[in-house]
Amino acid sequence: MANQARDAAIVGIHEYPLRVAPGRSAMQIKAESISKALEDSGLKYSDVDAIYDTNEGEGGGGLGMSHYLGLKPTVIDTTAVGGSSYEFQTAHALRDIRAGKANVAILSYGSVAASNRTPIGTGGGTGAGAPNWQGNMEDSFGQTLIANYAMVAHRHMHQYGTTSADLAEISVSTRLHATRNPDAVRAMQDLQFMGTGEISVQDVLDSRVIADPLHLLECCMVSDGGGALVIASAAAARGAKKKPVWILGTGEATKYRENGGDITVSAGAQSAPIAFGEAGVKPEELDLAMIYDSFTITVATILEDLGFCKKGEYKDFAKGNRFRFDSALKPALNTDGGGLSSNHPGMRGLFLLLESVRQLRGESSSQIANAQLAIAHGNGGFLGGNHTGGSVILARD
Amino acid sequence: MPYNKPLPQPTPETQPFWDSMKRHQMQLPRCQDCREFHFYPRAFCPKCYSANLAWEDVSGRGRLETYVINHRAAPRFEEDAPYVIAVVTLEEGPRMMSNLVEAEPDPARLPPDLPLEVVYDDVTDEVTLPKFRPVRA
Ligand SMILES: [Zn+2]
Repeated sequence: MANQARDAAIVGIHEYPLRVAPGRSAMQIKAESISKALEDSGLKYSDVDAIYDTNEGEGGGGLGMSHYLGLKPTVIDTTAVGGSSYEFQTAHALRDIRAGKANVAILSYGSVAASNRTPIGTGGGTGAGAPNWQGNMEDSFGQTLIANYAMVAHRHMHQYGTTSADLAEISVSTRLHATRNPDAVRAMQDLQFMGTGEISVQDVLDSRVIADPLHLLECCMVSDGGGALVIASAAAARGAKKKPVWILGTGEATKYRENGGDITVSAGAQSAPIAFGEAGVKPEELDLAMIYDSFTITVATILEDLGFCKKGEYKDFAKGNRFRFDSALKPALNTDGGGLSSNHPGMRGLFLLLESVRQLRGESSSQIANAQLAIAHGNGGFLGGNHTGGSVILARD
Repeated sequence: MPYNKPLPQPTPETQPFWDSMKRHQMQLPRCQDCREFHFYPRAFCPKCYSANLAWEDVSGRGRLETYVINHRAAPRFEEDAPYVIAVVTLEEGPRMMSNLVEAEPDPARLPPDLPLEVVYDDVTDEVTLPKFRPVRA
């Protein structure tokens, strides 16, 4: 039942400021981010009794992180479902806090994908190693991550008449937000973007085609980076330095290719109604949508699936610069500059939560006036194949 | 030059599929209880969970569910770029990832739902891959 219960809150955040961090390890980024997020919260390492970790790269999961941090937590969670892992972990932290099993939880992320030249979107299958039951059947056809997402775009265009210009609206507003975020501007400079200023729909359409129909300016960057957040029970949140940002509702889902399925519908169509139902709010009430912008089509599809407009109506919904932070129409979208123009070390889910918290605290570089409610929606895996959707609805104190 | 792209490694569940490809007569697993075909091959029917499966010949015909013209090639596919990766919905129901062949990589000529038929591509002595081409009128 929707009761807007305020049982757990995000009380500390940190986003690692650099997107190119040569000479740093992913663990150094994680550890520094956790320390700063705890500092932001006013809580201490000794308060932490729950660790959530995706086991990405060097983390070692809940066990490895406990060891690294010298902690002996009593809730240990290694949920790893790709880029949406942090939304799933936030859902689990809320659940564990409500169950009385956890009091103060930490989530962290660190990656040096840019410095390692990791081909996140453009690497292919190798056909080597143990035969994964599915990858084994697909690696022979030269698929990349971008190619998989582009297949959703082609079908979306065919079924609903969506155009590349419609999709480009996402790139345009996201870049505007990036130009207002000093960390994003430095990211674009350090990653040697062709330009770091505002862009137009035409600029997007004129950028080179990577995986038809997706253009370069519709694809996220590959950066270094990371961050951390601290989630506390209502009791522990009372001792925090800043006002808590409450976790009102969460939803989790999977989606995969199956007989008769619709490739234009993401896992968000299942996870979002659960989150909205638990939170007791409606999509039209939200001030901010932080949606994983791996590519423009990801956002367009998920805006529909979260209920901001009907399936297939993105093309009309997107008109009129509506995604800007200062638009009269709700919700604003990806106000930190997104994965497209600010931060994408491989798994962006954590940053969706961080910017949501900044907005609901009034700390964003593109602050929405009187922001009250936000959704962070992560998508993990392959949008046109197996993927996950994690929805988290957050509210200002 | 030897074929150097990734090759499937058959598993106990998928070996009959690859064997059928080598014979140039595609077979898919079909549930003998609910009559549904499925792909990829599994230990039981993902619709009704019956393990009463049999391998049956399929038509090799289908339609273009969706596709991408991939300009930024996966490693070892560089010479093929731009190439078309497609998801094909087979007449029998299952969907299959593949490449389109004998087709211009031009969106104007590749409307989704385009009728397709299988082409057996013997890429090595051991492995035959299913590729698809537009059905000629
Ligand atoms: Zn069955």
